[in-house]
Amino acid sequence: MANEPIDRPSVLGEVSPVIAPGQTYETVGASVADVVLSGHVPKQWYIATAVGFMGVGCLMMSITWLLLNGVGVWGLNIPVAWGFAIINFVWWIGIGHAGTLISAILFLFKQQWRTAINRFAEAMTLFAVACAGMFPLLHLGRPWVFYWLMPYPNTMGLWPQFRSPLIWDVFAVTTYLIISLVFWFTGLIPDLATMRDRAKTKVARTVFGIFALGWRGSARHWHRYEIAYLLLAGLSTPLVVSVHSVVSLDFAISLVPGWHTTIFPPYFVAGAIYAGFAMVLTFMIPVRKWYNLEHIITDRHIDNMAKIMLATGLIVVYGYLTEAFFGYYSGALYEEAVMKNRYFGPYAFQYWLLIICNGIIPQLLWLRRIRMNAVILWLITLVVGVGMWLERFVIVVQSLHRDYMPSSWDMYAGTKWDWMLYIGTIGFFLFAMCIFMRWVPMISIFEIREIVHKKSQEDDN
Amino acid sequence: MKKTNSESLQGAQAIVSQATGEDKNVQDGGQFFWRNLEELNNPPDPGELAESAFPPVTSGWDDVSRRGFIKVMGASMALGGLTACTKQPSELIVPYVKPPEEAVPGQPLLFATVFCLGGYAQGVLVESHLGRPTKVEGNPNHPASLGSTDTFAQASVLGLYDPDRSKTPRKMGRPSTWQRFLGDLEGMLADEASGQGRGLRILTGTITSPTAATQLKAIQELYPASTWHQYESLNRDNVVVGAKLAFGKAVDTVYDYAKADIVLSLDADFMVSSLAFARPARDVASRRNPDEPDRMNRIYVAETNPSVTGASADHRVPVRSSDMEAVTRAVARGVGVQVDGEDTVEAFDAFLQAAINDLKAHKGSSIVVAGDAQPPVVHALVHAINHELGNDGHTVTHIRPVAARAENQTKSITALTEAMKAGEVTTLVMLGVNPVYEAPSDLGFEDAMGSVPNLIHFGLYFDETGRHCHWHIPEAHYLEAWSDARAFDGTESIVQPLIEPIYGGNSIHEVLAALAGNAGMRAIDVLQEYWKERGLLTDDEKAWRRALHDGVIAGSAASPNSIDALSSRKRTSTSITSDLPAPAPAAEGIELNFRADPATYDGRFANNGWLQELPRPITSLTWDNAALMSKSTADELGIDTQRGARAIEKAPTVKITKGEQSIILPVMVAPGHAPRSITVALGYGRMHGGRVAAEDGKAVGTDVNVLRTASASWTVADLDVKRTGAIHMLATTQHHPTVQEWDKIKGRHHYREGTISEYTKHPEHPGFVHEVGHTPPGDMTLYKQKYDYSAAGTENAWAMAIDLSKCIGCNACTIACQAENNIPVVGKDQVLAAREMHWIRVDKYFEGDVENPKVHNQPVPCMHCETAPCETVCPVGATVHSAEGLNQMVYNRCVGTRYCSNNCPYKVRRFNFFKYADDKEEWRKAVRNPDVTVRYRGVMEKCTYCVQRINRTRIKAKREGNRPIGDGEIVTACQQVCPTQAIVFGNMNDPDSKIAKARKSGLNYGMLAELNTRPRTTYHAKVRNPNPALNGGGAGHPEQSSDEGNDHG
Amino acid sequence: MSEMENMPKLFGLVARFESPEALYEAARKTCAEGYTKTDGHSPFPVHGLAEALGMKRSKLSAIVLVAGITGALGGLALQYWVSAIAYPLNVGGRPYFSWPIFIPIIFECMILLAGLSSMFFMLGLNGLPQPYHPVFNTPDFERASNDGFFLSIEAEDPKYDGASTRAFLKAAGAVEVHEVSG
Repeated sequence: MANEPIDRPSVLGEVSPVIAPGQTYETVGASVADVVLSGHVPKQWYIATAVGFMGVGCLMMSITWLLLNGVGVWGLNIPVAWGFAIINFVWWIGIGHAGTLISAILFLFKQQWRTAINRFAEAMTLFAVACAGMFPLLHLGRPWVFYWLMPYPNTMGLWPQFRSPLIWDVFAVTTYLIISLVFWFTGLIPDLATMRDRAKTKVARTVFGIFALGWRGSARHWHRYEIAYLLLAGLSTPLVVSVHSVVSLDFAISLVPGWHTTIFPPYFVAGAIYAGFAMVLTFMIPVRKWYNLEHIITDRHIDNMAKIMLATGLIVVYGYLTEAFFGYYSGALYEEAVMKNRYFGPYAFQYWLLIICNGIIPQLLWLRRIRMNAVILWLITLVVGVGMWLERFVIVVQSLHRDYMPSSWDMYAGTKWDWMLYIGTIGFFLFAMCIFMRWVPMISIFEIREIVHKKSQEDDN
Repeated sequence: MKKTNSESLQGAQAIVSQATGEDKNVQDGGQFFWRNLEELNNPPDPGELAESAFPPVTSGWDDVSRRGFIKVMGASMALGGLTACTKQPSELIVPYVKPPEEAVPGQPLLFATVFCLGGYAQGVLVESHLGRPTKVEGNPNHPASLGSTDTFAQASVLGLYDPDRSKTPRKMGRPSTWQRFLGDLEGMLADEASGQGRGLRILTGTITSPTAATQLKAIQELYPASTWHQYESLNRDNVVVGAKLAFGKAVDTVYDYAKADIVLSLDADFMVSSLAFARPARDVASRRNPDEPDRMNRIYVAETNPSVTGASADHRVPVRSSDMEAVTRAVARGVGVQVDGEDTVEAFDAFLQAAINDLKAHKGSSIVVAGDAQPPVVHALVHAINHELGNDGHTVTHIRPVAARAENQTKSITALTEAMKAGEVTTLVMLGVNPVYEAPSDLGFEDAMGSVPNLIHFGLYFDETGRHCHWHIPEAHYLEAWSDARAFDGTESIVQPLIEPIYGGNSIHEVLAALAGNAGMRAIDVLQEYWKERGLLTDDEKAWRRALHDGVIAGSAASPNSIDALSSRKRTSTSITSDLPAPAPAAEGIELNFRADPATYDGRFANNGWLQELPRPITSLTWDNAALMSKSTADELGIDTQRGARAIEKAPTVKITKGEQSIILPVMVAPGHAPRSITVALGYGRMHGGRVAAEDGKAVGTDVNVLRTASASWTVADLDVKRTGAIHMLATTQHHPTVQEWDKIKGRHHYREGTISEYTKHPEHPGFVHEVGHTPPGDMTLYKQKYDYSAAGTENAWAMAIDLSKCIGCNACTIACQAENNIPVVGKDQVLAAREMHWIRVDKYFEGDVENPKVHNQPVPCMHCETAPCETVCPVGATVHSAEGLNQMVYNRCVGTRYCSNNCPYKVRRFNFFKYADDKEEWRKAVRNPDVTVRYRGVMEKCTYCVQRINRTRIKAKREGNRPIGDGEIVTACQQVCPTQAIVFGNMNDPDSKIAKARKSGLNYGMLAELNTRPRTTYHAKVRNPNPALNGGGAGHPEQSSDEGNDHG
Repeated sequence: MSEMENMPKLFGLVARFESPEALYEAARKTCAEGYTKTDGHSPFPVHGLAEALGMKRSKLSAIVLVAGITGALGGLALQYWVSAIAYPLNVGGRPYFSWPIFIPIIFECMILLAGLSSMFFMLGLNGLPQPYHPVFNTPDFERASNDGFFLSIEAEDPKYDGASTRAFLKAAGAVEVHEVSG
């Protein structure tokens, strides 16, 4: 798939251009917009959508069963009162973070190469957060009263209990969802205008026209627009960090040995980015092939993302080592016990599998050849996805199932309903992404045009 | 009408098809012929209809099938039960407290009555809400209670409302009426009269009721040739025969543990399973106050199966039943009784020497007691030993047997069966017994029944026996019927009903009256007639009312006669042992022991969900019986005893064979069980015990009676035991760490213990209590100003202290809490899923040698931490703190995040994963405590310190001029039931209160206090009183102080 | 849009340029020339174009700052009022106003308000959404969102004069100039 074999010596940034040569404003516009406007849809899209739709059905089914009978249909028990629901929640939130990171942080760092992928990644953020959002609601014993977690005036004068990290979650995740949406839509406005103006049919023109809000590329508008976009990027950056920190506090605030550690916030954030980039690649690699977008999403992008995975992966591994060190150095009986249990206990298999997935296999990314090999890279991203899920399993289950009271120690295993709900959300995610790719420009046209412009200037001098 | 008939016939056929051979003639290829119009027009019993119209059990969720039965009951009740309604009996019954003019809604009344088990009385006070009994408490006036009860009495109230109870008289299995029974009976008796009643036999359980005894005597006079047989599955034959062996006469022996400095138990689980119920534990505990070191008693136990008694002993050795005689002889010789046998038993030398020396050093103030399962010779020897030690008349007294007729019941039922086989029995009346299930298997009682023309069964359930009888008469529950009974010391009590029989049913006295020719006489009249003669019931009724009020008849206890007065023979320890058989050679092969089950007793409680789900002591097993054995035995049989955490509940099964008979049982390692010995519990595998006892034709547990024969009714020697390869799931509430794991967890110091000598050295600051777990100083907090309880505008600060020196781990607290707080039964599947709901559990840890470990019992309710970790993490404030220090659960506000449970280091919170509380089924509702909310699906729940009791007292105090609440005025359910009074509850702000003093004790510690949870529930470290001469065998080692435990959260 | 033509009102002149650079140059000239009612239209932001047209720095940042502070204070106020005034409860023995544990929500509230305001005020100040604008009547104006770079001078402009302005634009390098009305 490397459509232009690279034999030049590898220097960072020299790998391949952020955009293939010979692109004009018109060509980039065309290649992105036509994905939506031209009737032609690759058959892979139909397959993916169908698979996703089946997943959605699976999701609906498991939710119905759950609401009929109660969370007892899951594998939960005392002491392990949190299971798949929380694991999946953390996992999905983590995946969402890559989008914000790419669009916000890389933007602040003026990373040109981000432009080709940020729209796509932001969409992933939205849908991942949507998936994540389902779990905290469904895992309630009485999901129908979820709104009690919101601060709203009521006849009984009752309010949420703001000392609980779960309330922080409510605020953090809601904020995150809203701001991501805002960020995403703001970025879309000029492109919607482009779509409006390129649309062949009246329907398309009208629909895109409505969402374009009458954008006319006015210089004065662009001026405020750029300020707003910069501000949003500046706000999203601390937000994205805060969200996963808050999620990690769900554990760190408690006194459960194995949860009660200060390393959690940074270690969770790194893990989130790790998983997120993996997921972006998991989608990006096939998509750019199906839609022939190699000239816009070049090997440079793939390469950079792989490198970021490698970096964050190492941070995560550092986290594991720190945990082990805490367990040993704290001299705290219960910390030691938890760590021993982690390495040699009944769930040792999951733990070591996690180490292999997150710690060892990704080290292949040191090799350029691997980073450049789409197939292997794609497989590695899957491995990392699994690894990060296992990490959350280990954190949630292994810490709970043997805590302070040996008399209450017990085992945990997900039931078929646990699995169906999880698979269901993956299906939903896939389905939503397909819809997005089909009807929304998946790459930021105007930003690519800026790249083209810059490039032309460079060529001139 | 037409339809009703056909239905009734279908309904009936199902049962008739199982009826005795005599019915064959009424059936013809499924075609049904009725014998008379009456039967045709006989309207079916609605309950009966329901039972036939619904499958025995349907289960809505595959996840919760065990609870399925409850749903069906809903339907069956809707048809069956509602015809009845709760009302107090028309006769005068006297409340325990002075009643208001009329019962005030919301104000429960207490009535004194008596709960009988195996015939012997346990005095209880029953709480009645508007005529609806909801809770059983102990009767402080009653010698067998002193205010506490055992687990069976607690659960008995659930049995009252059991919808599976027999609801109607049945003829040939089909609904009939009491009147029609009296008619038939008249006919039968007329026939019998001709032969002096030669063919008339009456089979009952042990009878202590004076009234019943007189009635039986009357029948005897009426039909001189008739015979009255007794049989209890858990009989006292060995005791009776042993006494005869010793004294030539049956006597009952009363032990006064309160006076005993040294107690040696030879396989007697006297703390819980004795005639005196809660009494011995109470007496023993009264001598285990570490602050009175010189009064501390010392308990030696030699037993086969690890029991509550053994767990609380200072020294314990595991002895095979077949070796027990040798051990006893050694003790006898040791204390100077002339008897053949070895001077000691190799394996237990040290133990025996220590025990013997202690006994000799405490002549007159010691007790040696043998278990009912031990052969007569052991009991005879024990009599000799106690006599030699001069305990007679001091700690041990003998009285005339309490039972109306103390006899060898196995012999009695054997004789009966022989007579039945020989066709000598024409009318057999079985009163409150279930011989088909529990009679010795080699007798073939069931087959013998085939040759008896008239079989009459009278019982609570239409059970295995009832189904084979021509007539079945429902028995009234003890809370529904008038009667009387005697306690272990002879004390007499009147059993007064609290409620009219809710499913119909009659008293045993009414049946006996009918047999004596007074058909239709009411129980109350029979009773009053008798007590008029006894002079208790006079015209002014004063004494009678007093008796009803107190629950005991004053001064009715048997006088402790000197045995010479009782016995026909001059008595010295030598005369006692003179004609004992020669020592029996100890059998070598693996032996099998039968024991009472802590939950189902002999099977009569098999349909009681509370008991079935009550974790058995030591094993914490629920919903099953298993082959209990030591690890060494299991290894010998090739059982995998090191199964991983995942497989811990997957128990391998073994096939136990004796002769042709064999049973298949799951294996469970009971740490401390005697080697090459297996113990199984009776009372399981009941196919017709009700829908809890058997679901989908699958009974709970395994019926072990098959191996139980008349000749070997307690111990079967030389068995053949083979692994089957099959797996059986055993639901335990605690996968208790094996002894090996104890070393890993002992550093946590949840459970702390030491010896009396260590304690007396530093009573202020005993090392074994204060190695770790000091509560961090008050200012060790992020917040400068914390919640100020003193400024909260209340003088009350509730707290609880649990004395581990006293706790014996009998589980009474668990079931009392269940009854008081409407705690649902979740069923075996949910227990397997670790979702049991008990608010107070008894944690068990084992320490030391796996073959004979120290057993640690620790009751764990909610700690009501002042800085409760559960509260801060609740997003909706559904669990918050009261100004009086209660950690409150607001069920209505709970959304069910379960975060509180995760963050509770004590794991005392319980979650309604499903809708466990069942509201479909009417009588299940009736048992509920109206003062306690019933929890809905998806909410968390936990111990509330019985807040409903606190509030009732608070309101009372307010009404009485806003007076302060007195110390001990509020009693929690667990505290009230505790036989050893190990639990103290009260206001710790009041410096004179028991709790305040308890918290000041040097033994007081907070579990996991190092986490700065500041628990309001604290423990008193266990103080053992080991014999300094012994350092092994479960003696309390001073624990090595270790810093590893110093963990400040 | 076509319905509007029966009452045509002159909007002004709209010129198209080849490249962003050309547009930028033209804009600078226009501003220097003294035109005020002018605007540029480009498919992507041309840096400095607005300034070249004489636009001052927007006060959007200031507005967002205020919004952020409001959000933070609001979050704090909510938590304080609820936990210490409206319904004080003893939760795990913590003080009613346990501020350290209130920080996360304060932060989230700040971000939420700031973020929302930065989008909505951007749109507001831009007068969007605005479905119709006369400049849309410019022939093939749709290129403004693709590869066209436009400069418009409105008739309202005091210095506006059909012929001379058109000439001026031509001189500034416009490829084509249209008189747009509507």
